[in-house]
Amino acid sequence: MIYIFALFLLTLLVITAVAIVRTEDLFVSVILTSIFSLLMAINFFILDAADVALTEAAVGAGVTTVIFLCALALTGDQEKPQKEGQNRGQKVALVVVGFLALLIIYSTFDNPRLGDPDAPVHQHVAPWYLEKTPEYMDFPNVVTAILSSFRGYDTLGEVFVVFAACIGVLFILGVSPPRKSLQVSVRKSGLRHHLIPQVVGRLLIPFIVLFGLYTQFHGEYGPGGGFQAGALIATGVILYALLEGEAEALRAVPRRVLLGMVVGGALLYGSVGVVCMLMGGSFLDYSVLAADPVWGQQLGILIIEAGVGMAVCGALLSIFHAFAARERLT
Amino acid sequence: MKLLEMLGYYNYWVFAILLAIGLYAVIRKTNLIKKLIGLSIFQSAVFLMYITMDKVEGGTAPIIQAGVENPIFSNPLPQVLILTAIVVGVSTLSLGLAMVVRIKECYGTIEENEILDAD
Repeated sequence: MIYIFALFLLTLLVITAVAIVRTEDLFVSVILTSIFSLLMAINFFILDAADVALTEAAVGAGVTTVIFLCALALTGDQEKPQKEGQNRGQKVALVVVGFLALLIIYSTFDNPRLGDPDAPVHQHVAPWYLEKTPEYMDFPNVVTAILSSFRGYDTLGEVFVVFAACIGVLFILGVSPPRKSLQVSVRKSGLRHHLIPQVVGRLLIPFIVLFGLYTQFHGEYGPGGGFQAGALIATGVILYALLEGEAEALRAVPRRVLLGMVVGGALLYGSVGVVCMLMGGSFLDYSVLAADPVWGQQLGILIIEAGVGMAVCGALLSIFHAFAARERLT
Repeated sequence: MKLLEMLGYYNYWVFAILLAIGLYAVIRKTNLIKKLIGLSIFQSAVFLMYITMDKVEGGTAPIIQAGVENPIFSNPLPQVLILTAIVVGVSTLSLGLAMVVRIKECYGTIEENEILDAD
């Protein structure tokens, strides 16, 4: 039964994607992207990936949409219609991507079918992770265990990529804009004069932030962890900024606090690794942090998840404010 | 039964089609924001492929519960890879959007052919 539902959702995904590409109104396109992400999140959930579904719902449907809309406010939301003479190019493009799709579909017949327990991907390290997590970390969520300990190097790299992207955005949008150009309409700050978003939003914000903190600290026991928590808390603050105006949000969480969170989060993660080395273990081997190796693992994971949460939340909010400030300046 | 077996590949087919749609937007659309949207569809398609691979028949999310005899879990590893990739995806996407905003300020347009004409 659930698979029939999944087939329905997957078909909807394709329809949404076609609509996203076909429409010439970029605003419609962005809102459809949000729906696309939500459908994708439900699909992930059906495929047993609860953590990923949570992340996709918070990041894909929430933060990405807002950042896209901020960019649209700066660049205009209409796509110019294609000129007549370019139809040949369209045919070539259609043939190329159609051929590519057929090629991939043809190759899928060699793949193991959905849910096949004997597929090669399930034979390699995954059973080892599932078996060793209770022994080494003694908590139930294997995804968190792999993310923060078994594959801690990967995650450290990802945090640095988020950090670097945030610094990049701040540099690119930090230069003062040219005074002339831009015929984009200046909008009123916030939705202060709209009663319904105001009332509903105010009710929602504390619960969103609370849920974010819950996923942060309960990530070892249920779906959740630093990445989801950072995105969720960022969503809550962005909602506040949309309701009350960006200046109010900056008064609640000033810019230097956000920068401190990005830098401090990445630094916290890295320094836990260095402390592990100083205490006689290898880099990011949390077992040496306490007398009991299991406690050491749990302590290390708690700290680095806090670092990840801070870095992600700070980075997403800094990026949002960079776009929003640009809008105010121009 | 044959039909049901074929449906086991449906996720991969959707992956292929989404990949093609995303790629089409990237190579065909001249609007830079539309290109970035296409790129994010392309990215989501890859996420879907990875998460499809993690599913095990009759399994649940890889969260160990006490007192369950012989539990079957889906593969946690692809989930970890995609979880971090989603967050990295949004940061790199916003880097791209920041560049588009600067291009708009310098050239006054975000249509690729007009930018090329202006150069």
